[in-house]
Order: sequence, then structure tokens, then C-alpha cells
Amino acid sequence: MSPAPDVPALRAKFGTAVTRHAVIAGDDIVWIAADRAREALAWLKAEGYGYLVDITAVEYRDPELPLEVVWMLRDLGTARDLRVKVALDPKAPLAVDSVVDLWRGADWLEREVYDMFGVTFRGHPDLRRLLMWETYHEGHPLRKGFPLRGHFSRAEQTRQALAANPEAHYSMEELSIAEAYDDLPQEMRERLARGERGNV
Amino acid sequence: MAPRTIEMQLQTPGLDAQGRVQMSPLGLQRIDRTADDLHAEHMLVNIGPQHPATHGVLRLVVELDGERVIRVIPHIGYLHSGFEKLGEYRHYNQIVPLTDRTDYLSPMANNVCLAMAAEKLMGIEITERCTVLRVIACEMSRIISHLVWLGTTGIDLGAMTPFLWSFQQRERIYNLQESWTGARLTTSLTRVGGLMADIPDSFEAGLRDFCRTFPKTLDEVDTMFTRNAIWAGRTQGVGVLTREEAINFSLSGPMLRASGVEWDLRKDKPYLGYQDYDFDVPVGEHGDIYDRYRIRLEEMYQSTRILEQALDKLAKLKGAPINVSDPRVILPPKSRAMSDMEAMIFHFKQVMEGVSAPAGEAYLGIENPKGELGYYFVSDGTAKPVRWRIRPPSLINLAALPKMCEGALLSDVIAINASVDIVMGEIDR
Repeated sequence: MSPAPDVPALRAKFGTAVTRHAVIAGDDIVWIAADRAREALAWLKAEGYGYLVDITAVEYRDPELPLEVVWMLRDLGTARDLRVKVALDPKAPLAVDSVVDLWRGADWLEREVYDMFGVTFRGHPDLRRLLMWETYHEGHPLRKGFPLRGHFSRAEQTRQALAANPEAHYSMEELSIAEAYDDLPQEMRERLARGERGNV
Repeated sequence: MAPRTIEMQLQTPGLDAQGRVQMSPLGLQRIDRTADDLHAEHMLVNIGPQHPATHGVLRLVVELDGERVIRVIPHIGYLHSGFEKLGEYRHYNQIVPLTDRTDYLSPMANNVCLAMAAEKLMGIEITERCTVLRVIACEMSRIISHLVWLGTTGIDLGAMTPFLWSFQQRERIYNLQESWTGARLTTSLTRVGGLMADIPDSFEAGLRDFCRTFPKTLDEVDTMFTRNAIWAGRTQGVGVLTREEAINFSLSGPMLRASGVEWDLRKDKPYLGYQDYDFDVPVGEHGDIYDRYRIRLEEMYQSTRILEQALDKLAKLKGAPINVSDPRVILPPKSRAMSDMEAMIFHFKQVMEGVSAPAGEAYLGIENPKGELGYYFVSDGTAKPVRWRIRPPSLINLAALPKMCEGALLSDVIAINASVDIVMGEIDR
């Protein structure tokens, strides 16, 4: 396998879609335009960065700064790392293309970013919340606008937890087997009936 | 698939090699299963979240056709504590106690990773003695984490005795941890730029004694498991992941190496001077539970080797400083803070304002017992990170569970889940 391409090669291939390159604390970081991110990641994977280390997102305290989705890639042959970032406007709907078909490991990582930041990954086969429960509707906990202790008081959270229907924690796959559809809350049934997935 | 060194065939009494019943025990009549309509009906079995075999509050929904697994759907999040969010409200040193509570089976290694990630962000070079002590912390953690894995997996597969042996040895490391940090579990060992404390006087002798006697226990486990027909029958060829699948699922640690990928951050991206230590990295070839067991067992031998070398290095560094000599990063000794004006000011500023990091970001991954633990810090120039991301090896390894369980038996699900070596504190964070 040829050695993983460096940033000039990425620039030569994708031109102005590579909006910025920086070396911070010894790590290579490139920013790529949101609409070409998937294409660039697929190219990088084919060119040697075959291992996906992590997917995450960053929202800055400064509301003027964009929210960033971060992919960390690695070439296992040469032990080179590359961090790819996409800047999104935190006030607009957040969406990027999914890379689950490239890396199966991206499945849960994308679900976690969706759960915690509300970034929708287009093309993800099963974009559900990962850590919070399906009917959780307080928002996305790692957004800066989300208070540290949550939107509701402890008493209200306890009340909601006690009133929740544990059967509602089944996913669509399980419901197709268990026929627990009738026990779901009305709001969730409406969402699922519209075929809507991954939007709260 | 390459031939095994240990080949064996298990046969259930009363069944021939193809699984057909040869005789009916206790004179029971054979029921013609094809005649009833139960055959086509899939069953949904819920395992957990309160189940001893799920190693914490993991919930698995298993769809079964008879005893054959059609699919497994894991549900996580029952232990979600919002550590990443909490980290955004804390100074870098105040995050150290949070790391104890993520992967609570190897707290000292997590502490080391956190300090190293913060130091990478701030551009701090630590002292040589601190490097050696951190290697000792990491390898002690590897041993206790693998011992828990060994014991609990043994219990999951019906072997009680190795559990007692491994927990007995783990207790000895815990005693050493306690003498070093004052805590058995919540060690909070490191600080940015150094350590909370140097090792006590009796520590080196205690660890040497452990390194001398511990491999005997491993030999006993080896005798008990490696050539055990039940163990081999339950683990060989179960939960197989190929090399390509392991990389595609972003697995790390023993899970990745069991599938034949030679990747160990200690060798391939050396940190803490691991390139100066003489140790081997075991690599499997079948990618099944048995190979994962062999790798973890061998890693404990290798960790003992590293510990012995680290103790030799430590003897040459007697009395050397463990902390960087930068009063902006390291707290002055309490006696000086109480008597020296300048030291008191530095003490006050650090406690009140924390250690600030330059604007920027840093990702640092280390080879934790469960895989690559990475901490990703983003800073805006203040003393509290904008974002603290944990790359949780257990979570990413567990994501491959549904794939590994395809077509397995229900009892295999327990064995496969055990082989991933999960810790829910880290998965749910």
C-alpha cells in the first residue's frame, strides 16, 4: 500500500473545498467544505487512511464560531493521523453525510454525535439516540445552550422518569418483532408513522 | 484459516458428530419438532440491564430462532453521567477525578492519559522519573484490568476458581495503589506536569515481590484454561471477526490484535518512552474469543516484564523530581505556600484560576487495557476546556457485538459479550 497522502495531495485533488489547513500541537488538521466532506473522506480512506479513530463534534463558547464535526483518521501502516473537520452554522439545521457505509465503526459514533449535538447524518441507516433514551426531549446535552443540570428540576426529571413507559425504549427493529407499537407514546407513534427517523 | 496448535473435538453425550440424537436420556420420547408450529416463531429475549453476565447495566435484546441468534440489539446509556459535559466546567486538574470513574477497572491509566493530553495541549515536557512512574501506573492498570476480565469471563463460562485466583492477585496491586495514592479505586494519580505524589518507601519492594510471584498465578491459569476442553470448546471459533472487519469496526486493543492486526500504540506511536522497554506484543490469527484470551494472558506476562524494567530504571532515578519546575503548573509544597509570599501567590492563582491552556486542540491516545483510550481537548485559551471528548475503547469495541453474535447460540452471546471486555462506566460516560 502506498503511503497515506499528505495535505498538498488532498488540496490538489479537492482544490478550494479544502478551506484551511493547520498543524496544532503536532497534529495535521484540515477543514473541508460540508458538501464535499464525504467524498473527501472516501478518497482518504481509499488512499490509505483505512482506520477511523473517532467521530465527534465541537461547539465553541463563542456563538460566532461554527460548530465543527470532527473525523479522526489513521493510516495503520505508517501510523499517520489526520483530523478532518467540517464547519457548520450552529443556528442552521445541522447535517452532514454519513460514512457508515465506509466504516461500520462510524455507526454508534454518529449516533452519539446526533444524540449529544443534534447533528443529522444523512444516509445513516438507524439514526437513533445512543446514550439518552428515544423519547428524551430536553434537547442535545453537549450543546452550549444546554444547562449543566438540564432544563428541568430534579423533581420534574424524577416525575418524568416514573411516568415514562419502559416499552418505549425498544427500537423500530424490535417493535417489528415484539408488536409493542401500541404502547408507544402518541408523539413517537406519529413520528414513526411518518417514517421520520433521527429528528426530534 | 491456519491450523490450531490445539485441536480438539467436543461431543455431547447422546449426540453424534452431526448433532443428531443417538439415544434418549431418561427414556424420554423424541418430539418431532417439525410437526409443531413453534418452529417458525422467533422469540425476543431481553437480557439485562440488571444481569450478572452483561458486566454492568448493559441491555441486550436478542431475537432467537430456537437457540440460534438472529440478531442482537444492544441498548446502552443507563450509566450516562455526562462526564464530557462536566469536564467543560472544570479546570484540567479537576477533570482527573472524573477519569477515575469512567473506566473504573484501570483508573491510573486513565489519569495518565488525561495528564498527557493536557500536557500535549500546553506543550509541557515531564521529568524522566515521572515518565517511569507513569509507565508503572499504566502497566499495573493493565494487569488489574485483565485480571478482572479473566476472572469474570471464567465465571461466565462456568469456571469459578480462576476468578478467586485473579482477584487475589488484583488485591495485591490494589494494596500498592492504596499505598501510593491513598485510594484503591479513585486514584486521581496524575496532575498536569507531574504526579500527585511520589511512591512511598515500601512500594518498590512490594512491586518487585509482586512481579516475582505473580507469573506463577498466570501459569496456573494457563494450566487451567489453555488446554481445557470446555474452555476451548466454548471459545474457539466463536465471535470471529476477520482482520478487515476488525479494522472496519475501528476496534482497538486486544480485540484488534486478536484478529491479526499488529497494532499497539506502545510500539507504533510510542509515548512515555515505551520504545526503550523490551516487550513483545502478542497478535492472534483467528479473531475469536480464544485468541482474545491468549492475548490478554500474554499481555499480563509482558506487563510484568515492563514493570521489572521500569523498576530498574527507577532505581537509577532515586531522588529525581517527579514534577516539572514551573510554579504556574505545579502547586508549591504546602509548607512553602504557608511561609513564602511568592509561593502563596502561585498557590492562590492556581487554585482559583487553574492552569490555562493556549487556544488550540490536542488528541492523545494511549494503549489502555481495553484498547485505545483517547482524550481530545479543545481549548479557547482559558483554564477550562471548551470540549473534552473521551474516545471510549469499550464503546467502539462493543459496537461490533451484533456482528459477532450473528448466527451464534444464545449461550455464545454471553461468551462473546464477555470477550469484548467492556466497562459500562466508560461506555455510557
